Amino acid sequence: MAFIEAVMQYGFLQKALLTSIMVGVICGVVGCFIILRGMALMGDAISHAVLPGVAISYMFGINFFFGAVFSGVITAIAIGFVTQNSRIKHDTSIGIMFTAAFAAGIIIITMLKSSTDLYHILFGNVLAVRASDMWITLGIGVVILAAVYLFYKELLVTSFDETMGAAYGLPVRLIHYFLMTLLTMGTVASLQTVGIVLVVAMLITPAAAAYLLTDRLWVMIFLASGIGILSSVIGLYFSFTYNLASGATIVMAATAIFILTFLFSPKHGWLWRMLKVRKKKASLV
Amino acid sequence: MAHAALSIKNLHVSYYGNEAVKEVSLTVNSGNLVGIIGPNGAGKSTFLKAMLNLIPRDKGEIRILGKTVKEVRKKIAYVPQRNDIDWDFPITVLDAVLIGTYPNLKLFKRPKKKDKEWAMECLRRVGMEEFSKRQIGELSGGQQQRVFLARALAQKAELFFLDEPFVGVDVTSEETIVRILKELCSQGKTVIVVHHDLSKANDYFNQLILLNKELIGFGSVQEVFQTEIIEKAYQGQFAFMKEIGV
Repeated sequence: MAFIEAVMQYGFLQKALLTSIMVGVICGVVGCFIILRGMALMGDAISHAVLPGVAISYMFGINFFFGAVFSGVITAIAIGFVTQNSRIKHDTSIGIMFTAAFAAGIIIITMLKSSTDLYHILFGNVLAVRASDMWITLGIGVVILAAVYLFYKELLVTSFDETMGAAYGLPVRLIHYFLMTLLTMGTVASLQTVGIVLVVAMLITPAAAAYLLTDRLWVMIFLASGIGILSSVIGLYFSFTYNLASGATIVMAATAIFILTFLFSPKHGWLWRMLKVRKKKASLV
Repeated sequence: MAHAALSIKNLHVSYYGNEAVKEVSLTVNSGNLVGIIGPNGAGKSTFLKAMLNLIPRDKGEIRILGKTVKEVRKKIAYVPQRNDIDWDFPITVLDAVLIGTYPNLKLFKRPKKKDKEWAMECLRRVGMEEFSKRQIGELSGGQQQRVFLARALAQKAELFFLDEPFVGVDVTSEETIVRILKELCSQGKTVIVVHHDLSKANDYFNQLILLNKELIGFGSVQEVFQTEIIEKAYQGQFAFMKEIGV
């Protein structure tokens, strides 16, 4: 258990561990709403779209949090605008807007900085997390958890039956952009741990595994966070021990958990379904 | 003077310049069970949604209980078409009905024990209490529709708007739903139902709105259910109409 010893010994590893645990929780919680609203692609888009914001923040020497939220939300609005005002379908609009934002981000960053920085932003480098980054992640985590706790009713209604929500007077458009803002903040929090390219996996994979394990939203949220934490810790272990990119190992850990639930989930798992079908067929013979 | 439950003046709705609902004006008094009927593509659902400000309208004025829709939202219950709902959503039957209490809960407030009891009571009224712990996707179409009616009941509304509640619904569920809608009307509530099936329209409703983009007929079932009026709404589909004996 060299890993545990190393965690006790090295401050950088403690920071990495704490940050990745927080990221697991944040992404798990936000991810539940993302997958239930059928917005996985949107999650991917917004996470890529923070890149120009991050780049511009570097340029002006401000905290990248502000730039990232700004460019994420602007992209979400642009996607919505194109969908609502033309015959272009939603997924096409998403594809156009996020690649544009991402491309712009790459250009700005390569003009400003070395390619190493770009590499770290894209793929994450959790072992280089500074104390200030950790505090930002904690702050984002507190804001997101508080928001989901306080607006749970509204998020539940608009995810389940948006028209009913609108019918009784909820500002459904505003709630959509509110969730997009939470999504952007979650992305920023995950930037150093898993990197922009793989954030979407942290958002949807643990949530999807949780979705296969329960029929209650609040249980799903807790399970998704738990699976997020587990993936982060396992991923960090492999990243540290075998000197691999942390984003990649964390995502692989999440995927492994997803595959297990997909196969063996008690009610919605593949194995269970197969057994049920077989039993049914046998009873008909 | 008591206000009409629903009054619509010159309602006009279009999608990107294509007219969906043209110049509809009518007034519905409280205690009526009103069917909106008309051929496919007549704009029935659009009309319903436009009444509730769920889609933008080009012009027209809508008053519910003498007020604007915005002012009386909490007195309106809306039941969507069944295929607008994600039935795999992780929610139990009881929790789905409990959502009906949300409009009357303040921001940041959670449903309490008495809200849960009330939701259960509404489930009992539609005969679904034994399914309260099931996930909503495990129910049949008719049961799902009854659960959504229970949710509407939980809202303690004055007006109920239902979009095609009888599609893919078994006979028992259909009877339960009709019975409850009639009860609501006898309590002075107003119920507006989009309905596609002419054959049962005269048993279910006491007023009909016959729509084919424009208002073809409005009034009591006896007034509207006349061959020439129906023919005008259904035009080409009239051969089929004769077969079912209208």
